[in-house]
Amino acid sequence: MKRIGPGLLAIVLLTVPLWVGNPYYVHVLIMAGIFAILALSLNLLLGYTGLLSLGHTAFFGIGAYTSALLALRLDWPPWVGFLAAVLVAGLAGYGIGKVSLRLRGAYFVLVTISFAGVIYLVSVNWMELTNGPLGLPDVPPFSLGLPGLFELSIRTKPAAYYLVLAVAGAAYFLCHRLVRSRIGRGFIALRENEALAESVGINGTRYLVLAAVVSAAMAGAAGSLYAHYTRFVSPEVFLFTYTVTMVIMVVAGGKGTLVGPVLGAFLFTALPEALRAVTSWQWQMLLYGVFLILTVFFLPKGVIPTIETWLRERRASP
Amino acid sequence: MLRLEGLRAAYGRIEALKGVSLEVRAGELVTLIGANGAGKTSTLKAISGTLRSSDGRILFEGNEIHRLTPREILTRGIAHCPEGRRVFPYMTVRENLEMGAYARADIHGIREDLERVFAHFPILGERLRQAAGTLSGGEQQMLAIGRALMARPRLLLLDEPSLGLAPTVIETTLRIIREVRQRGVTVLMVEQNAYLALRMADRGYVMETGQIALEGKAGDLIENEHVKRAYLGG
Repeated sequence: MKRIGPGLLAIVLLTVPLWVGNPYYVHVLIMAGIFAILALSLNLLLGYTGLLSLGHTAFFGIGAYTSALLALRLDWPPWVGFLAAVLVAGLAGYGIGKVSLRLRGAYFVLVTISFAGVIYLVSVNWMELTNGPLGLPDVPPFSLGLPGLFELSIRTKPAAYYLVLAVAGAAYFLCHRLVRSRIGRGFIALRENEALAESVGINGTRYLVLAAVVSAAMAGAAGSLYAHYTRFVSPEVFLFTYTVTMVIMVVAGGKGTLVGPVLGAFLFTALPEALRAVTSWQWQMLLYGVFLILTVFFLPKGVIPTIETWLRERRASP
Repeated sequence: MLRLEGLRAAYGRIEALKGVSLEVRAGELVTLIGANGAGKTSTLKAISGTLRSSDGRILFEGNEIHRLTPREILTRGIAHCPEGRRVFPYMTVRENLEMGAYARADIHGIREDLERVFAHFPILGERLRQAAGTLSGGEQQMLAIGRALMARPRLLLLDEPSLGLAPTVIETTLRIIREVRQRGVTVLMVEQNAYLALRMADRGYVMETGQIALEGKAGDLIENEHVKRAYLGG
């Protein structure tokens, strides 16, 4: 079972566009994939180091704007813009980490919230660069290849699906390797008992800044994918609701697990869409809220940790 | 082995150490006693490098160490058991012990030391895969000391080893500390329970408001009138 499970999942994920005919469903899956990258990125901080970034959408938005602006203003190929988005968001993460992580805790939360607020205001007011609240339309679709030689443009939904799947897979793999490495052990030690972690020779500030950089860079990657997929970027990407959605996905799925945030991203992208299909928008938000409360009430640790505990107990008492 | 010369350190503007000088010789068990806020914990933190000193010197085996990082100090042979929560609660016993060797890279040596800790504390060997937070207070204390030993220290800094433990567990802890000494590890121990500390130490220092107020053989300090009045309740 342990061997078959992941293989089966891989086959399902890889063949989705073949048997899901409705492009709308593929669209929902693409958005779920983008959010999965965001949730994985937030989980690296919230789940493994215990740091709550309440401005995480800032890194997402920075990635989206970087990629979109480079494509629109400088005509850079989107895959270069993607790399630049990762880099710029990572640098922003470094800056935020450097200034706030000497103090940790509530200060980090406050700095991240303010950062997202400031960036939002910049994106609204710097008309010349960002086109303000009107946003940036006509962002070119993602394409792979070298200009003049060959080019693979990703215009169709299935193509975008595979691109997002590949990046999400890479993000998952990166997180997997990282949290199981020595460095990851250091993150967990800092989360569990900082004084003790320092006493065994872990440099707290350095490790936490590293976590912030990796996390921000991943969010930047998601932003770039989002910009070239929806082909429109506006200051809305910096809104608090995006951050809240990410936190919900991580917490409901199970923070501090690898699969949890991915599952959370899928559930909480699909749920509003499903509700939209069956009811009017007033009921949609209300039911979403009820579902959220029920999740927190019955699965306070998140879906995945609850399943893990259940399995362990079942094995212990046959 | 360890010498502090006029050590000063502060948290922001509040000076915690106002010129502390003390010495620990190889093989000794030295205790640092005093009231809450006297600067005992800060002294240990300054030695392990987790609190930066602003003035004075710390010499370990003749070399200055007060400008080194906590990790460098650890690799030189000084391990610190901080006060308060003693273990990583959600890590298993084994993971906790491995964390003690975080700064080391010699896999064979680490395995050897793991075996040695299990030989010393068989109960830990039985609970390898159990989360450390589910151990009893005494077991957690064993684990904490075992973890510190995983760094192969020559000097062990113990902060309040008896704090929050039941009397029978304190006895166990004292036995463990004696065993650690027998393995040739020098110990500098901070304790609020002055009687307990002086009973087992070779020498003691009494700290008051960031300075050393008294020093002497543990036996003499127990008899000292000032110590009796201020710390032994008699």
